Amino acid sequence: MNGPFEFTLRLGDDALIAAQRLAEWTTRAPEMEEDIALANIALDQLGAARLLLTYAGELEGAGRDEDALAFLRDDREFRNCLLVELPNGDFAVTMAKLLFLSAYQLPLYTALAGGADERLVAIGAKARKESAYHLDHASLWVRRLGDGTEESHRRMQAAVDEIWPYTAELFAPDPGAPVDPSTLRPEFERVVTEVLAEATLTRPESGWAPAGGRDGLHTEHLSYLLAEMQVLHRAHPGARW
Amino acid sequence: MYGNDFGPPEEAPGGGLLGEVEAAEAALREAAARQRRGAPASDDDLAGYFAEVIEADQKIEPRDWMPEKYRKTLIRQIAQHAHSEIIGMQPEGNWISRAPSLKRKAILLAKVQDEAGHGLYLYAAAETLGVSRDELVDLLLNGRQKYSSIFNYPTLTWADVGAIGWLVDGAAIVNQVPLCRCSYGPYARAMIRICKEESFHQRQGYEILHSLSHGTPAQKAMAQDAVNRWWYPSLAMFGPPDGESTHSAQSMAWKIKRFSNDELRQRFVDMCVQQAEVLGLTIPDPDLRWNEERQAYDFTQPDYDELMRVISGDGPCNRQRMAHRRRAHAEGAWVREAAAAYAAKRAAEKKEKVAA
Amino acid sequence: MSDPSPLWEVFVRARRGLSHTHVGSLHAPDAELALRNARDLYTRRQEGVSIWVVPAGAITASSPDEKDAFFDPAADKVYRHPTFYEVPDGVAHL
Ligand SMILES: [Fe+2]
Ligand SMILES: [Fe+2]
Repeated sequence: MNGPFEFTLRLGDDALIAAQRLAEWTTRAPEMEEDIALANIALDQLGAARLLLTYAGELEGAGRDEDALAFLRDDREFRNCLLVELPNGDFAVTMAKLLFLSAYQLPLYTALAGGADERLVAIGAKARKESAYHLDHASLWVRRLGDGTEESHRRMQAAVDEIWPYTAELFAPDPGAPVDPSTLRPEFERVVTEVLAEATLTRPESGWAPAGGRDGLHTEHLSYLLAEMQVLHRAHPGARW
Repeated sequence: MYGNDFGPPEEAPGGGLLGEVEAAEAALREAAARQRRGAPASDDDLAGYFAEVIEADQKIEPRDWMPEKYRKTLIRQIAQHAHSEIIGMQPEGNWISRAPSLKRKAILLAKVQDEAGHGLYLYAAAETLGVSRDELVDLLLNGRQKYSSIFNYPTLTWADVGAIGWLVDGAAIVNQVPLCRCSYGPYARAMIRICKEESFHQRQGYEILHSLSHGTPAQKAMAQDAVNRWWYPSLAMFGPPDGESTHSAQSMAWKIKRFSNDELRQRFVDMCVQQAEVLGLTIPDPDLRWNEERQAYDFTQPDYDELMRVISGDGPCNRQRMAHRRRAHAEGAWVREAAAAYAAKRAAEKKEKVAA
Repeated sequence: MSDPSPLWEVFVRARRGLSHTHVGSLHAPDAELALRNARDLYTRRQEGVSIWVVPAGAITASSPDEKDAFFDPAADKVYRHPTFYEVPDGVAHL
């Protein structure tokens, strides 16, 4: 059931929704340099989303291109994980989301780059380098916020506690997929544990583990995100831009 | 990640503005090679030496002596320019989340990001004159320095993103290309880099309008509406008419400014007429017509009273733009403090290690 | 207290075989962030480049307050280049 189309769609949706959220920071970042950095990361995610959704459309063979998949599906048809659709929160929440997302995407794209599907190999090889950069950026900030001031430590710990439960969904086993996400968990754990320790932060206990994104059962946030993202495209059916 | 975006590289038609930027770059190198005595003879000779450098079309560099008013004028102009780049991100940033295709979203995001880069290049250029970026940002936030009035107009539809690229970035380029030859070195070099990027901005805007004006009737109407709203504010970007411009004469003598407001405005109008024809859109000026005698277009002047009202704070979005910038700055304070605290801790650790 | 976000001078090697060239300056609280910001601001993450960041205060110049900035064109993502855009035939000055 979860063939290459479904798998590619999940990855593409993760990247697309992450890009949409990150781009919300434009003109709002804590420092002008960081505005540029967050836009760069958003552009990387968006670029990966376009490649993945284009390929997903080809695998499906129903004539849907990247824009048809991005703009003409409803929220129940989106396959992204819940983590990426969560609101940005403050800068600490955004960095917690980026840390966990990139610590998942890096081993995932690395595995893809060594896989059997030529197109996914090429996408993985390119996106892997970008994920390494995102992970580096998130770690750099998590360390500074965790080990900065009292206030930043409090905010960073709260952000980690808030986002942590949503990481469980990323590694739900899928033995038939080109890369089984459950195999990525040890590398994720190693990286995240190290960063949190350096940042003088406590790793939360695992407990509540919300999920459903891969089956199109999302949080209440996604529909609002899509309403905004899709409004103009849908207002002019069939138009070219 | 933009593999499907590649098209064959094409030269800009007629060399165009990019050609002028390159010519300015070449002139900069050529003037630098021109023979001239190497240094002021004595402290009494400083003003004379400064005048000679300007006369030879060479660049004043940060360490050179310069008249205090020259320094002040440059700080004010470069800072205002930097603020404009940063505030100017807001009207277009307003459409990133709703861009109608993923390709347009990527292009717009990259464009708005470029404007942040321009702001930073310009703050860096201003800092070479002995003022800090923090001071300049404070002057912006407490309203004591201005930014371009154009960014106080709202972006109401997607077509506004196209109109801004074509008209606002277009007017900015006409204003800025001569600044590539400005007598102050760091500013001239920043402008060369910026103008090369601006050309991409103008073209993406033009391409948006071209798609819209050749699309559905609703799209074409959207494009025309945007041009109607942005045309006169864009003309006003060149500033008040020459008779009323306060800073012009001295700036011309110092080669900070090379053309008058009205000359640049005329150049812009003359360029736009034919570009509008290709778009199939109408410039909202019934009196726009070719004047054979002047070899230029006659056109209706923008409403300069409106310009003055917007500059003094009463445009549609002044309050919103400033509140947005202040909020971002205030909400980021704890992050900047954390980064500084972290750096201080690491520096202290290093010192301890050295001492031990 | 020292400046919480001091000035750094940025030098970039654009291609193999060239020397590092001064491209400008930026602010950052420490070297790691300065390097990160330099990459985003002055190279927009081209590959194959090498970047140096130097605290502006650590530079000794023969003209003590020279901090002059040189800006080179950067080869960027393709849509950043004006020649990427289709200009309809017969449009001038764009
Ligand atoms: Fe700009
Ligand atoms: Fe621009």
